[in-house]
Amino acid sequence: METIAKNSILNIPKLRKDFPLLSKKVNGKPLVYLDSGATSQKPKQVIDAISNYYQTQNANIHRGVHQLSQEITIAYENARTTVQNHLNAAVSQEIIFTSGTTESINLVASSFGKKYIKAGDEIIISEMEHHSNILPWQVLCEEKEAVLKVIPINENGELHMDEYRKLLCDKTKIVAVTHVSNTLGTINPVKEMIALAHEKDIPVLIDGAQAVPHVRVDVQALDADFYCFSGHKLFGPTGVGILYGKEKWLNEMPPYQVGGGTIKTVTFKKTTYADLPLKFEAGTPHIAGGIGLAAAIEYVNEIGLENIGGYEHELLEYATLKLLAIEGLRIIGTAKEKASVISFVIEGIHPLDIGTLLDKQGIAVRTGHHCTQPLMEHFGLPGTIRASLVFHNTKEEIDVLVNGIQKAIKMLQ
Amino acid sequence: MRIAEIENEIVEEFELFGDDWEGKYEHLIDLGKNLPLIDARYKTDDKLIKGCQSKVWLHSELNDENIVFTADSDAIITKGIAALMIRVISGHTADEIINSPFEFINRIGLIEHLSPNRGNGLVSMIKQMKLDAVVLKVQKLNFPTLN
Repeated sequence: METIAKNSILNIPKLRKDFPLLSKKVNGKPLVYLDSGATSQKPKQVIDAISNYYQTQNANIHRGVHQLSQEITIAYENARTTVQNHLNAAVSQEIIFTSGTTESINLVASSFGKKYIKAGDEIIISEMEHHSNILPWQVLCEEKEAVLKVIPINENGELHMDEYRKLLCDKTKIVAVTHVSNTLGTINPVKEMIALAHEKDIPVLIDGAQAVPHVRVDVQALDADFYCFSGHKLFGPTGVGILYGKEKWLNEMPPYQVGGGTIKTVTFKKTTYADLPLKFEAGTPHIAGGIGLAAAIEYVNEIGLENIGGYEHELLEYATLKLLAIEGLRIIGTAKEKASVISFVIEGIHPLDIGTLLDKQGIAVRTGHHCTQPLMEHFGLPGTIRASLVFHNTKEEIDVLVNGIQKAIKMLQ
Repeated sequence: MRIAEIENEIVEEFELFGDDWEGKYEHLIDLGKNLPLIDARYKTDDKLIKGCQSKVWLHSELNDENIVFTADSDAIITKGIAALMIRVISGHTADEIINSPFEFINRIGLIEHLSPNRGNGLVSMIKQMKLDAVVLKVQKLNFPTLN
């Protein structure tokens, strides 16, 4: 893995050394980790930040008068500011710490839904959504007798924008779409989609779980009303995520969960709630997670998301070319705008068989429906094999993958 | 042959491959390919085992005291595992099946298939086979004339 991609300004061998787990052997072979779309590996900068927190900073936040509590409160709020700056949010109270994208979406569906959704209203999602951006809306629709509308996709795995325009109407109360498809890699034209919805005063939630590791997100430039992502896909820890919400929405929405931290005053008759962001952060949060996420964002910014995007595009093109040379292999998701996620199937062979035999060769890919069953149904597939690439992957690893697939096919035929 | 004896036989068969994972898997794939076809009328949705990434159809019926299993899968390695399971327990009594620990899976070095990962069907397969055994046993006890 010593060669650096020629056009890249990134020193990949050096960056790989930041990730302790990448030097691990799996089934006696050097690990080839192509499953960052499920969860990314963690650089030692993040691991150290978390370890340092527990070893030198641990105390509860927003509570104590003692020194440690005050210090960690400042550190945690600095982490919030790091996220704010990273997303270019207007103010830090628009950044809510959650447990991940799933909770962020559930929070909005529940809280926004409670206030604004009534019988007969419509909610728009797309055919390529992760189950996490389907189920909260489905449940809300069942509760409120609202109607879920779905933007269809074309054979390349791109949204039908004409259909989207037609779906937007007076009954539409919110649009919730993914920025980047976890299964297909498609980058959706979310800026345009938000603008179209805003013409009719409809707010838009963007599921950014698969976008933030690959592209720079500017919530003000996008004009997104809500933007959700998870720390663990951005080289940060699991169990922490972000909900960005425009202040005007978050102020009007009722709390999602209530308890310690979310209140101003409590009597048995009436409770008044805290201001943003604490209104939405019940209980002691995942403090180490917040600290780790900030470290991950700083790490990514040091490398530069633009550099990362450029190199990953190079990897994507290389992988696409090499994979297509395999007989019987078909790539699912051929959108013009694509992040470095490649789903594929091999004629006559179940994805699980390929995944199992790749694992025996030390290659980690994801197989199955990727929590997008409606999308699999669209393509008439039981599942796909997915290789998701990030900046620490190399062309040599793609060669290992290609050879691994060829070996698996030979064994299975 | 008793279940334990068949398990030993399978373990010995796989021991021949030593650390050669390719050999083991090729053998498993061959077993999958040679698994007798399930009767088409049993390849229906109600015979599907839930919780597998691949489709696994399992049919069970009583032959006197013994339960006979047939199975199929759209993934060949899963089918190989099904073939092994059937070889071990098909044709045994419900009690023997319910009490079988299926140790051979760990012993043949395919242990990763037993991890409780949502992707793999082995745990679901074992559960369903034992469940079928219980159901068939109870049916036979309560409604002997219906068999």
